[in-house]
Amino acid sequence: MKRFVPLLVVSALVLLFLVMMLSDRNPNEIDSVLIGRPAPEFSLVSLKEGAPALTTADLKTGAPVLVNFFASWCVPCRAEHENLMALAGGYRVPVIGIAYKNDPDKARGFLTELGNPFSKTGLDLDGRVGIDWGVSGVPETFLIDGDGVIRYRHWGPIVGDSLTERLLPQLKALQ
Amino acid sequence: MAGEIGHFSLILALAFALIGACVPHVGARRGDVRLMVLADRAVLAQFLMAVTAFAALTYAFVTSDFSVINVAANSHSLKPMLYKISGVWGNHEGSLLFWVLILTLFGALVSWRGKNLPLRFRSRVLAVQSLLVVGFLCFILFTSNPFFRLDPAPLEGNGLNPLLQDPGLAFHPPMLYLGYVGLSIAFSFAVAALLEGEVTPLWARWVRPWALLAWVFLTGGIALGSWWAYYELGWGGWWFWDPVENASFMPWLAATALLHSAIVVEKRDALKSWTILLAIIAFSFSLLGTFLVRSGVITSVHAFATDPARGIFILGFLGLVIGGSMALYAWRAPKLSPGGLFGIVSRESGLVLNNILLSTFAAVVLVGTLYPLFVEAAGAGQITVGPPFFEFAAMVLMSPLVVALGLGPLLAWKRGKLSRATQIAFPALVVALVAGTVLVWKTAGGYVMTAFGFGLALWLIASVLLEIAGRIKLWQAPKQALSGLAKITRAQWGMSLAHAGLGVMLLGITISEAFTSEQLLVMTPGDTATIAGYDFKFDGVAPVAGPNYTAVRGFFEVSESGAVLTTLMPEDRVYTNPPMNTTEAVIYPLVSGDLYAVVGEAAGAGRWSVRLYFKPLISGLWLGALMMMIGGLFSLSDRRLRIGMPTGKRSINNPATAKRKKWVVL
Repeated sequence: MKRFVPLLVVSALVLLFLVMMLSDRNPNEIDSVLIGRPAPEFSLVSLKEGAPALTTADLKTGAPVLVNFFASWCVPCRAEHENLMALAGGYRVPVIGIAYKNDPDKARGFLTELGNPFSKTGLDLDGRVGIDWGVSGVPETFLIDGDGVIRYRHWGPIVGDSLTERLLPQLKALQ
Repeated sequence: MAGEIGHFSLILALAFALIGACVPHVGARRGDVRLMVLADRAVLAQFLMAVTAFAALTYAFVTSDFSVINVAANSHSLKPMLYKISGVWGNHEGSLLFWVLILTLFGALVSWRGKNLPLRFRSRVLAVQSLLVVGFLCFILFTSNPFFRLDPAPLEGNGLNPLLQDPGLAFHPPMLYLGYVGLSIAFSFAVAALLEGEVTPLWARWVRPWALLAWVFLTGGIALGSWWAYYELGWGGWWFWDPVENASFMPWLAATALLHSAIVVEKRDALKSWTILLAIIAFSFSLLGTFLVRSGVITSVHAFATDPARGIFILGFLGLVIGGSMALYAWRAPKLSPGGLFGIVSRESGLVLNNILLSTFAAVVLVGTLYPLFVEAAGAGQITVGPPFFEFAAMVLMSPLVVALGLGPLLAWKRGKLSRATQIAFPALVVALVAGTVLVWKTAGGYVMTAFGFGLALWLIASVLLEIAGRIKLWQAPKQALSGLAKITRAQWGMSLAHAGLGVMLLGITISEAFTSEQLLVMTPGDTATIAGYDFKFDGVAPVAGPNYTAVRGFFEVSESGAVLTTLMPEDRVYTNPPMNTTEAVIYPLVSGDLYAVVGEAAGAGRWSVRLYFKPLISGLWLGALMMMIGGLFSLSDRRLRIGMPTGKRSINNPATAKRKKWVVL
């Protein structure tokens, strides 16, 4: 039955492609290796002048926290901003904003213009903290549990279905 | 207006393709000559319609008609003319139209050059080809129409991705497509042969020039792409085992195997069902390549903007074409009777070994490319398969191939003697071993692989030269050698040139990989860096304005022991539309290797980060590819291989096959 081998191989491959295409996955999205691990140590100056530095200790509040990497030059960040405001407001989750490779004045201007959803902010000017967290681009949002352990990473902007179908269920599970 | 003409032509082409795909089969079944002849007309009509549609889209691009969505999304009025034209195939919709254009072009060529093919067989081939055209035209018309309008029309277009605005890349896709699509002819020939239930040496002789032509284009396309990566991306590399690079490499491997196995079919009437399978596989790999680029299943630097509907459509088409032909194969292959026999030590066996190694390598590349998908589908997380895997496989599988490649042409057809062949090749072996050993000794360990590759390359080149020397009896009768040289056929020259080309390429790869000098520096104007004996003096930077970009141009005065060679002027460009940053590496080729400079970001205080390389013998890579292409063309120009040759007595010397041949009777 050797002559059926090519047909079987082809059928298997087509099936594999079909499954992978229908699975609604994004091949650019890479699973974070940090899931289930404590958030990497960091200490960043705040965007608000005179405010204390943002450190890892700020994540261990006993309740879930979101950490959002953003930048004023990033268009998708604008798109998700409204949802961040809703998360901080209606859903009462503290959101911590880290300005990634962003001029501090421009980052402040961005928050003045669109509103500030962040309870605390940090400035990652050279992107070192972003590297520690495995950020591949902005925006990226991490869900941290009360003990400072990363539970979920949201790749790309929190817009449309991705808020209600991906981020919120993860958040509910923690709460 | 042009847009509508183009759109309409595509619809007409689809109608012609549908006729061409069905009617000739009916004709072949009923033995109705008029219906069979229709295949030729339909193919010609498809070609004319495709040319019209393509010309209409080109016109829209050249005149910057932004009311056509495709033009607005991919062109810009300030773009240089060359890139306005190359923009036609630099996007998903246009590239598909280009694909159809070539598909119909090849159909028309078969119709034109294949007048001596038996009518019944030719009409089957053209009908299969028309069926492929139907599939692609439906894909264009239903999911990716390049002629849709935009109302109101924008004043300015979005521009073409600046990385693609490069002469190397203007010609890389057309070359590659000519190769990919050229394999469709081998595919159509294979399917037609399966439908007719018979493969003869004559079949191999017909299909080989087409496969060879496709192979030449594929070789050129891959080499151009690699050349583009080498100087445009500014990473200093030329091959990254990226999924889409692999997708172009797999058809090449299969086509190379096909070229060689077709010889065995022609000479010995053996390996028939394997050759048919290879012809199908080679084109299937081409289709797989288009699928991978457009479906978004795999991440790659080459991916077009993806759309799930398109992915599903092309997957369905892929499944139908490849699955259908494989099913046909499973059904009909037992009808293909095995033919002539040959000894274990013979040129044929050498070609079989070539096929085993090439197809194993193609399979390994396929598995490596899709492995991340398997793993993810199995729910075991995400992984990537990197160059070490492919490089290891290449080393393990291609080294024996190169060794065999040196010996194969020295073996006699049907029944050879290894001892005789080794006798001829012995000096080549000695040369290779000595050269390799010297290199090991000189660099004192650590370079075993380099020595090995170096030895292999020299082995191949030397044995090609010795084969020619043996052919003209240089040692036995040196006086008549020159006249012997004239007697060598073009096909033989072609083979020698292509094989030597592989040797030259291997030499380039080995030496440049092992001995590249590289420095990453931060330089202040006036600084001098020395790389591999060349002094690079940094003379600062200056701003430059191009037609659609602004750039920072760095100046490096290169001198060798005080004598100034050249000034290298690499650029760091910022394109305005779309905004994007590209590095334009600058390369100064010397006989001994390439000087290569890249200027990067400003490092503050008037300092600039720069990368300087000396890459010895890297041009061997492109030279080798060029030799392979020229070899292919030489072989193609051989009279014996030209299509449309009268059947000749050699090929019908077996009365048993001649009687079974339906088309001879016809």
